[in-house]
Amino acid sequence: MKQAIIELKNVWKTYEMGDVKVHALRGINLKVHKGEFVAIIGPSGSGKSTAMNQIGCLDIPTKGSVFLSKKNISTLDESDLAQIRGKKIGFIFQKFNLINTLTAKENIMLPMIFQDVPEDKRNKKAEALLKLVDLEERMDHRPNELSGGQQQRVAIARSLANDPEMILADEPTGNLDSKTGSSVLEFLKKLHKEKGTTIVMVTHDKHVAKQADRIETLKDGKIVGAKT
Amino acid sequence: MLRDYARLGIGSLFKRKLRSWLTMIGIFIGIAAVVSLISLGQGMQAAIEEQFFQLGADKVNIAVKGPNTGPPGSNSDVQLFDSDLAVVQRVKGVDVATGRLVEPIRAEFNDKEIFLFVATLAQDDDERELLVDVANVDEDNMLYGRTLKPSDQWKVIMSENYLEPKFDGKGLKVGDKVRINGQTVDVVGIFKKTGNPFVDISFVMNENAVRDLLDIPEKYGLLLAKISSDANIRNVANAIEKDLRNHRGLDEGDEDFEINTAEDVLDTLSTVLTIVTAVLVGIAAISLIVGGIGIMNTMYTSVLERQGEIGVMKAIGARNSDVLTIFMIESGMLGMVGGAIGILCGVLLSKFVEFAATAALGTTLIQAQFPWYLILGALLFSFGVGSIAGVFPALQASQLTPVEALKE
Ligand SMILES: Nc1ncnc2c1ncn2[C@@H]1O[C@H](COP(=O)(O)OP(=O)(O)OP(=O)(O)O)[C@@H](O)[C@H]1O
Ligand SMILES: [Mg+2]
Repeated sequence: MKQAIIELKNVWKTYEMGDVKVHALRGINLKVHKGEFVAIIGPSGSGKSTAMNQIGCLDIPTKGSVFLSKKNISTLDESDLAQIRGKKIGFIFQKFNLINTLTAKENIMLPMIFQDVPEDKRNKKAEALLKLVDLEERMDHRPNELSGGQQQRVAIARSLANDPEMILADEPTGNLDSKTGSSVLEFLKKLHKEKGTTIVMVTHDKHVAKQADRIETLKDGKIVGAKT
Repeated sequence: MLRDYARLGIGSLFKRKLRSWLTMIGIFIGIAAVVSLISLGQGMQAAIEEQFFQLGADKVNIAVKGPNTGPPGSNSDVQLFDSDLAVVQRVKGVDVATGRLVEPIRAEFNDKEIFLFVATLAQDDDERELLVDVANVDEDNMLYGRTLKPSDQWKVIMSENYLEPKFDGKGLKVGDKVRINGQTVDVVGIFKKTGNPFVDISFVMNENAVRDLLDIPEKYGLLLAKISSDANIRNVANAIEKDLRNHRGLDEGDEDFEINTAEDVLDTLSTVLTIVTAVLVGIAAISLIVGGIGIMNTMYTSVLERQGEIGVMKAIGARNSDVLTIFMIESGMLGMVGGAIGILCGVLLSKFVEFAATAALGTTLIQAQFPWYLILGALLFSFGVGSIAGVFPALQASQLTPVEALKE
C-alpha cells in the first residue's frame, strides 16, 4: 500500500459569525500519498482555501482529525507543529507572499533559518535552488524588483528549501497572465515528474487541473467527486 | 540564530517611514540627558573631590564678603588686618592661623607688560608650612628650580602655565628676571599645576617682599586656620565667627566676612549638584517613558502592517518564539538607534557646557568625562527600553495564528 503523507478524516470547519454558523467544510475525507499530484477544484466559496489550510496544518479543524505522517496534529503543541510544517510542507501562495525587505536569496533561506540549518549549507542550498528556477543572476534583487512570474519562481524555490515531502499551492497561477502561468505550471509538473515531489494544488481552471494525477471537486464544503 | 533574527529585524527597521523614526525622539532626549548628566556629574565629582582634598577637612578659611571676580580677597573695600589674624589665632581649637595677601601687580618681561596676581607665603615657619601645604607649592611639586625660602627677598615662583609664551611670544624659565611694579625679581622655580586655578594663575612671593614692594603694612586678603585634631571643626568655626564679629564691632547677621570649611564648600556644591541631577533625571525619565510608548506605538503599527509577513513566516516554519524574538530585536534596535543619537547629542551637550563654563567662568571645574561604561551602558539601556516597549506588540504578533495572519 502507498504511504499517506496527509490524511483528513471527517474534517469540519465552522466559522461563527455572531449567531450565524458558516460551515466552510462539512466532513471532508482526503488522503494524499507520496508522489501524487492532486488538484482541488470547485467554485468560489466552496471551501478550497479552507481545505488547504487543514492540509497544510495552518489551522486546527473544528471537528475531525488531520494526520501528518500518521501523527494526529491536534496532539502537537504550537512550536512542534511549526517545526514539522516548516520541514515537511512547502507553501506556494496566489500572491507570492515573499518578504519585501529581503532579497530573493534571503527569502529562500528563511525557511532554513527556522530549521537551524547552518549558514554555509543555507547559502549553498539557496544558490542551487535559484539555479533550478533559473534566477541566479537575480538573487540579490528584492521582490519589488522582480516580475510576477519571477516572484512566483522565487516562492517555488522557497517552498523547496527544506526538501519538503509535499508542496501546497493555492491558485499559484491566479495572479499571473496565462503565459507566465503556464510556465510556472510546467515547472511544477517537471518537479513532480523528475523528482517525484508530492503536490496538492488548488485551482478553478479545469484545464490546469487536467495536468494532475487526480482531481478532487469541492462544493459547499464537501467533496463531491474524485477523478483519476 | 540570533544573528539571523537581528538581520531580519534590522532589515525591516531601515525600511521604515520617517514617522516611525520620529517616535524615537523621546528615547533620544532621555539618553542625551542621561549621558550629559552623568558625564558632567562625574567631572564635577572629580573636581569637587580635588578641591576638598586641597583645602583639607581640618581647615577653615576666612575671607571678606563682597563681589569677588578675582582670586579670594583680591579686590574689596572691606579688609582683613593683622589684628583680625591675632583674634583668630587666639580662638581655642585653632592650631595654626595665617594670612595670605592676594594683590594685583604689573609684571614686565621681554618688553611686554601683563597684569596678574601675586599670592604670598608667610614668614613664620608654622604659618608658612600651612600655606605651602594648602597651595601645594612644596619642594616635591616643583617642576624646575626650587621653591621659596623664608629668607628670599626678590625671588618669585609660578606654575607651569607661565612656560607658555605669555610675554609677547616668550614664556618664563628659571633664571629669568622679571620686573614687578618696577622691581627686578628672579624666577627661581616653576611648579606643576596645583589644580587650584587661583594659585595656578598667580605669582607666588614671600610676604615681606610683597609688603615692601607694594607698601602694604598690615592688611590680608585671606585668613586660613588649621583646627587641631581633637576639636570639632564646626564649633571652632562658630567661635572664630563670634570673636571676629566682636572684634570688628559687628552685629550678628551683619558680618562683612565669611567663614568656609571644606565641608561647607562640599555641601553647597553637592546641593547644587543634587538639584541639577534631580531635574535632569526627571526629564530623562519622562522622555524615556514617552520614548518607550512611542516605540510601542510604532511596533503595534508595524505588527498590523506586517501581519501577512508574520503569517508567511509562520507557514514556513517560524515558531511563536521566533516571531517574538524577531520583533523584540527589532524594537530593541529601534531604541538603540535612538540611544546612539542620544549619546552623540549628550556628548556634544556636555562638551558645550564644559566649553561655556571655561569661557564664561574661567573655571576648569566642569570637565565632562565619558567613561566607556557610560557609553556602553547607555546603548544597552536604550536597547532595553526599546525591547521592553516591544514586548506587548511582539506578543501580539507571535500569537496570531498563521491563517489569521495570512488573511488580509
Ligand atoms: N475566517 C473566516 N470567517 C468566516 N467565514 C470564513 C472565513 N474564512 C472562510 N470563510 C467562509 O468559508 C467559505 C469557504 O471559503 P474559502 O476561502 O475556503 O473558499 P474558496 O473555495 O477558497 O474560494 P475562492 O475560490 O474564492 O478562493 C466561504 O463561504 C467563506 O466566506
Ligand atoms: Mg481561495
